[in-house]
Amino acid sequence: MSSSYGKKYQFLEHTADAKFQAFGQSLEEAFTNAAYALVSLMWDRDTIENKIRHPVAVEGRDLKQLLVNFLEEILYLLDSRMFLLHSVEGIKIRRIEEKYILDGSFFGDTYEKRYRPFGDVKAITYNEMEIWINEHFMVQVVVDV
Amino acid sequence: MELKRIDAHTYQIEKHGNMKVPTVIYTSPALLESIKRDRTLEQAQNVACLPGIQKMACVMPDGHQGYGFPIGGVAAFDLNRGVISPGGVGYDINCGVRLLKTEFLEEDVEAKRGELLAQIFRSVPAGVGKRGILQLSRRVLEDVCTMGAEWAVENGYGLRVDLERTEEYGRMKSADPSYLSKRAIERGVPQLGTLGAGNHFLEIQKVAEIFDSKVAGIFGIHSLGQILVMIHCGSRGLGHQVASDYIRAMENKFGTSGLPDRELINAPIQSELGRQYYKSMSAAVNFAFANRQMIAHWVREVFQKILGNSEGMDQVYDVCHNVAKFEKHEIDGEEKEVCIHRKGATRSFGPGRKEIPEVYRSVGQPVMIPGSMGTSSYVLVGTQQSEQLSFGSTAHGAGRMMSRHEARRKFKGEQIKQDLARKGIELQSTSWRGVAEEASQAYKDVDEVVRVSHEVGIGKLVVRVVPVGVMKG
Repeated sequence: MSSSYGKKYQFLEHTADAKFQAFGQSLEEAFTNAAYALVSLMWDRDTIENKIRHPVAVEGRDLKQLLVNFLEEILYLLDSRMFLLHSVEGIKIRRIEEKYILDGSFFGDTYEKRYRPFGDVKAITYNEMEIWINEHFMVQVVVDV
Repeated sequence: MELKRIDAHTYQIEKHGNMKVPTVIYTSPALLESIKRDRTLEQAQNVACLPGIQKMACVMPDGHQGYGFPIGGVAAFDLNRGVISPGGVGYDINCGVRLLKTEFLEEDVEAKRGELLAQIFRSVPAGVGKRGILQLSRRVLEDVCTMGAEWAVENGYGLRVDLERTEEYGRMKSADPSYLSKRAIERGVPQLGTLGAGNHFLEIQKVAEIFDSKVAGIFGIHSLGQILVMIHCGSRGLGHQVASDYIRAMENKFGTSGLPDRELINAPIQSELGRQYYKSMSAAVNFAFANRQMIAHWVREVFQKILGNSEGMDQVYDVCHNVAKFEKHEIDGEEKEVCIHRKGATRSFGPGRKEIPEVYRSVGQPVMIPGSMGTSSYVLVGTQQSEQLSFGSTAHGAGRMMSRHEARRKFKGEQIKQDLARKGIELQSTSWRGVAEEASQAYKDVDEVVRVSHEVGIGKLVVRVVPVGVMKG
């Protein structure tokens, strides 16, 4: 599903690193599309088989930290489990007391040569991070590549 | 904000607002133009506002916009009143460069150059999602993080003499892996002994120009056409996780209000969290030293196998580009121990410093500054002047000036490989797209960066090298 912006995400010019905006009709959709934008820097997710599920459960002291922790999960699973993400399903974001909590699932497969990943992302940063909550939702992220 | 020109290559922003010290920028009019187009100067002024900062916040000649600190940022903090900041070290902790010399000349390797590079490409795991060769337990990984390159040498990777020719002698004794998160260790286990991807590379190079034959000779570099090997990589996912973990922990402990930039989050050096970060960062530093030690060992094995000889393949030196550590510097006329942050900067100690090995102590330490793919790289020598001007630091590389996205639009990996081949440079890579992103035209002119370093006196030119074989992750 794409947002009324007509696309899931777009990349903006950034000299040293990669900067993107991801859109959605809900915060959940914007976060999901941010995951797809991140993955697009590393491999073509359409080519990854949908074989393995990893549950994802992260929390943050605010929405920005939640977004950093959520996206970092993809890098963590890549490095530690050689997991290549195909899709994000059923993301739910809740506010409980002073914290934000995110639950959902990642689907994908373990690294194989045929998947030919092409790029590395070192870390998710707070640099120029924005989260807009209006009638539409948009998140902006710069990642260290 | 007023940028004052102090002399040919020194600019200064006087203390104003919340700044505790001035900002000093070593640059040239040409490099300054590109600095002014991004947030480098703003970020350097933010650094100058941090508690306990000493004397000045410096920007090296290759400075450009980073997160929190600018890349090419150097700052010193008082040990009692000052802070330590993961953003002042960067995500790729101890990203650095190791240089090996050989006793081969260009003509000795010419016929087997392709084979040599192809075999290195097989022997050194690289690229995204690629595991290392070793199957490590968590406990062994902790040993690696405690002992650094010493662990590698004790386990058969390379020579004891390599340790002495490594910054910190290949091991930060402050490391304590018990402060690493489970996730950091999980990311480290599969990745020890891997080059990684992105801007990381391994090059077979030849000496193209010798500026200072006396110092070059002491570094083991004596002839035009002499073959060298340069390895550029860091602490991989383990280091990235340490940075992310402690940024998060410091945010949760101290909050983010009042910070000019969230990536400038920091902790007092003497606080529990500050100490824990320092011990974890040191563990990641050691991981990176061990990583480069293993890769250097495999490179020697390949030379032995393909050329039948690896004698004289001595390590010139191994330097960190992203690190924080405690060093003694002269502050207001007195020698004082401070916490130096070098983010995208190289230590550049001159003659006499006890931190540098005896073999180099009469001339200063080697400083390796890699260029971009297919262009020159440089070996400089550290100076006493740098200790006055930049807390014993100089530049670390070329620095990008074009986004990866634009580079991909403009260049094709296959075309770059052909262009390099015409210049006599062999290329091996796991990804065409990665090659296009790293096109040399996407980077600033490293020649100008090292020229400024030399003119200012914070790192003097010794040797220029050019690649004959490039391996990209």
